Amino acid sequence: MGLAKRIIPCLDCDNGRVVKGVKFVDIRDAGDPVEVAKRYSDAGADEITFLDITASHEGRDTTIHTVEAIAGEVFIPLTVGGGIRSLEDIRTMLNAGADKVAINTAAVENPEFVRAAAQRFGSQCIVVAVDAKQVSAQGEPPKWEIFTHGGRNPTSLDAIEWITRMVDYGAGEILLTSMDRDGTKTGFDLALNKTASNAVQVPIIASGGVGTLQHLVDGVLEGEADAVLAASIFHFQEFTIEQAKIYMAERGIEVRVT
Amino acid sequence: MNKIAVIDYGMGNLHSVAKAVEYVGRELGEDIDVVVTADAAKIAAADRVIFPGVGAIRDCMAEINRLNVGQIVADAMKSKPVLAICVGMQALMNRSEENGGVDCLDFMPGDVRYFGSDLRDESGGRLKVPHMGWNQVKQTRPHPLWRDVPDNSRFYFVHSYYVQTENQKIVAGVTNYGAEIVAVLADDNIFATQFHPEKSQTAGLTLLRNFLQWDGGV
Repeated sequence: MGLAKRIIPCLDCDNGRVVKGVKFVDIRDAGDPVEVAKRYSDAGADEITFLDITASHEGRDTTIHTVEAIAGEVFIPLTVGGGIRSLEDIRTMLNAGADKVAINTAAVENPEFVRAAAQRFGSQCIVVAVDAKQVSAQGEPPKWEIFTHGGRNPTSLDAIEWITRMVDYGAGEILLTSMDRDGTKTGFDLALNKTASNAVQVPIIASGGVGTLQHLVDGVLEGEADAVLAASIFHFQEFTIEQAKIYMAERGIEVRVT
Repeated sequence: MNKIAVIDYGMGNLHSVAKAVEYVGRELGEDIDVVVTADAAKIAAADRVIFPGVGAIRDCMAEINRLNVGQIVADAMKSKPVLAICVGMQALMNRSEENGGVDCLDFMPGDVRYFGSDLRDESGGRLKVPHMGWNQVKQTRPHPLWRDVPDNSRFYFVHSYYVQTENQKIVAGVTNYGAEIVAVLADDNIFATQFHPEKSQTAGLTLLRNFLQWDGGV
């Protein structure tokens, strides 16, 4: 027995509501984030990831209050991402009760920000979120590039090189989303996850594409992910966290049973 | 009134600890006052003291020394229940290998070592560092803080360095990551955890509840 593989439900939030889009568009409402987080925690979620996709400035205050409310009710690790652009933003979220922050676009615009953040707050609370899309054609050796601004902007940065660099700069964990798979329910990009997981020493959270419980199993056994993140299969009650854990345990994956 | 002081030396997220203690207090129906502070007088006035810590040990020790937190912790250790968490626990040891070697408070016997860059499980599988996530804690001796916590419960860990001690008598819990490592040290009125009880849901909250009711005896 040893360390359990983690199941992390992800709450994409817009103006204080949980939403879930397909390929980052076509948003559906999935409830109040505090209630949803509490439900997941009670059901045995190992962590909660809260991604703020609110654009407006007023929305940021809503987000801070939501994070505070979640942190007062839910006693498992809480990662907050979306719009984390400065050390002050990180401080604000940690003070609100987040345990980790996920940095995405700001890392691409200024990689040194990640180094400064890890030095100031410690690697354990710095997650670098990477949105990757396959750019190699079929038959070529696989190659992925990273995209920013919710997947809209290409950067021409090689995803695996970027992840390695971010870990060198102090990222304590990588949240790796396949843009090709996100919202499609066709499973994780296993080659992407496996390549990334073998390239670095820190944990990789696989994200994007979960549609069945078998996809979670594949992410761990074939994608070599340390944690699996999913949103819509849990939000819309297709499966519960308990079902996911039982399914994974039956296939030989060590999970935390509550 | 049960006064709990969470020692604030500017390192990382102390709000999680305070919020978890407040939550547990409400559940107990107890009148709990949680202060997050580095003020020696306030800590001296508390019934129980929590010594948390996250981040790199060099920065933690620099702030501990600058704010004279070592003396504050030493005073608390003389007279009241103290719960040290994660880097707070590591800071109590003699020395840490982190950051090229850092002298710690030397309040407990032992050192802090790196997991290494090629950590393997029993079957040779690669283990990631940091040790991040939920691992089982085997209770190696009875303790009031283990009350109602099932043996081998999972707690949330996040660390790249671990405590090693020659004095097995003070080890109260172990976990397995590459090898068997210390998860809990307990000595008189001190209880020190490598994991984060405040992030360990039911098992962690139970442990915190026990701490709120602990008189420091064994």
